[in-house]
Amino acid sequence: MSGPSKYQPTSAIGKWFHERLPIVAFAKDHAMDFPTPKNLNYWWTFGGILAVMLVVQIITGVVLVMHYTPHVDLAFASVEHIMRDVNYGWLMRYLHMNGASMFFIAVYIHMFRGMYYGSYKAPREVLWMIGVIIYLIMMATAFMGYVLPWGQMSFWGAKVITNLFSAIPFVGDYVTTWLWGGYSVDNPTLNRFFSLHYLLPFVLAGIVFLHIWALHVPGNNNPTGISVKGPQDTVPFHPYYTMKDGFAIVVFFIFYGLFVFYGPNYLGDAVNYVPANPLSTPAHIKPEWYYLPFYAILRSIPDKLFGVLAMFSSILILLFLPWLDTSRVRSGKYRPIFKLEFWVFAAVCVALGFIGSRPPDPTYVMWGQILTVYYFGHFIILLPLMGLLETPKPLPSSISDDVLAKSAMAK
Amino acid sequence: MKKFASLLIAACALLASTVLAHAEAEKSAKGISYSFEGPFGKFDKAQLQRGYKVYKEVCSACHSMKYVAFRNLADAGGPGFTAEQVKALAATFKIPDLDSKGAPMERDGLPSDYFPSPFPNEAAAAATYGAAPPDLSLITKAREGWHGTFNQLWNGIGGPQYVYSLLTGFEDVPADLVEEQKANGKYYNPYFMNGIWIAMPPPLSDGAVTFDDGAPNKVDDMARDVSAFLAWTAEPKMEERKQTGFEVMIYLIILAGLLYAVKKKIWADIH
Repeated sequence: MSGPSKYQPTSAIGKWFHERLPIVAFAKDHAMDFPTPKNLNYWWTFGGILAVMLVVQIITGVVLVMHYTPHVDLAFASVEHIMRDVNYGWLMRYLHMNGASMFFIAVYIHMFRGMYYGSYKAPREVLWMIGVIIYLIMMATAFMGYVLPWGQMSFWGAKVITNLFSAIPFVGDYVTTWLWGGYSVDNPTLNRFFSLHYLLPFVLAGIVFLHIWALHVPGNNNPTGISVKGPQDTVPFHPYYTMKDGFAIVVFFIFYGLFVFYGPNYLGDAVNYVPANPLSTPAHIKPEWYYLPFYAILRSIPDKLFGVLAMFSSILILLFLPWLDTSRVRSGKYRPIFKLEFWVFAAVCVALGFIGSRPPDPTYVMWGQILTVYYFGHFIILLPLMGLLETPKPLPSSISDDVLAKSAMAK
Repeated sequence: MKKFASLLIAACALLASTVLAHAEAEKSAKGISYSFEGPFGKFDKAQLQRGYKVYKEVCSACHSMKYVAFRNLADAGGPGFTAEQVKALAATFKIPDLDSKGAPMERDGLPSDYFPSPFPNEAAAAATYGAAPPDLSLITKAREGWHGTFNQLWNGIGGPQYVYSLLTGFEDVPADLVEEQKANGKYYNPYFMNGIWIAMPPPLSDGAVTFDDGAPNKVDDMARDVSAFLAWTAEPKMEERKQTGFEVMIYLIILAGLLYAVKKKIWADIH
């Protein structure tokens, strides 16, 4: 936000307060007056949707904690107590467990939107990197949350994922013992996961604040990818985007509600309604749907250590995206080859997710390997090359011109 | 076109990734339908009461149902027993307890008691049967009758159908498996999730339970009734959930319409 604040306290007490803590001016500048490109499409509403989903998860989570018991002998029964005896407990729990899936659906759309329109490019590299960190913490938070009901997949998922750390050379076994708080996944593990699952969302909220701060320095990217050149290119955030985002959030809630009320267990795994049993391994251990592409990458590499490295690299490589993409044009709209390749890449991510859900048969593993190579090839080879080789289409002269040209065409 | 493609991809990502790995069951569950399916489906109270009787007289000999209390049988959206009926039927169960001197004793069940388990603990049950018979409170949410991403999206996971198919699915052992059956002493049931051999003998036989309402009591009828009852024990708030969902959806759709109109009006001078 540049320029002096438009906020002028009108009352004496308002003035007194403003001189001591200009928080009202801050809120007005950033939540109301903030100049926002006037051509943002609905793919841009997912940032607001994500902020709302974080709040939904925190509120439902705080209520659930009032009734949940973090103990291996009682956790499963306490979740059933929530489902059966607590007033609207079933609603809180279904909102929370489906909320996690909705959070990931929204974050994946948000990330792919950023990739398509080049929102990670200068001057928004730090904004993007903070986003990647938010995504990583989200994954850790969701993983630990999934362990809390202490069903079969909670237990065995926790076992498989924490076991990954045993691949670290020399100290791996010590690290896993330290993570577990013992020699296997047991009560200390459940207790620390519970503690961290409660802590991390508040850490997330703090980092989301940084994310929005880093957004409000350069301002929003937009579908043309060209920078804002003056006031004719922007509208104030309120009421233009409060209403547009508000509408999108409510539509997203309808989608969310369809799952909560009419298919609350569809996105979960039936096996998790069987209490955890350390002596009986489920037929197919697989993580929740939002981790499946990374699970496929993990299983594509025959060596455990390199598999784990590949899995973590597949996420961490996103941190380098601003420098891997060599194109000077931000928006994929004006990049014919990139545009095509983007959809191939998106399809590869979906296909990896499918492979991750299948048992590790040789055919699936082979396809997993081919797709893993493509996944990394996209970042390391294709993105740098496309930027150098491709001839972008001509860019409009300004956001305003683009909007006017479009509405002229529509008429 | 681009938007359509993106929507498609988002949808595929969501759906393809929830594909469940194939279970071990030889056959998918029989696709019978129940009164409680669909967005407005409700439990059939008389059927749940019959199913309760099947559970009590047959299943409860071996299977626990420890998350369900007798009082739940009178809850809204359930079998619809009256408080008096619940008091009477709870008293037909013996609950292990301690007397005033701390000595173990048994007393009559109260509505506040949970269904007693047939064995003192899992080890005792396992010692009797080789493996502990699973608790039935959540069985219809813990078992999948069929697979497939889209199939489960429209038809659910087929939990009640799994229970029905298992109960009605005991078949004559195929000729080439007779020797194997003699060796393992188990029963042939191609609907069982852990392969074709199940330790549980066929629990139902025609006429095994006599219903108070005189409803038919062939194996097929009893299997339908008890699987419906177990759908209720697994999801006792289903009717409340669907009813609330209907109200929430109407509210959200109206709100979305209003917001869209406001948004359109505000943006009218920008384009």
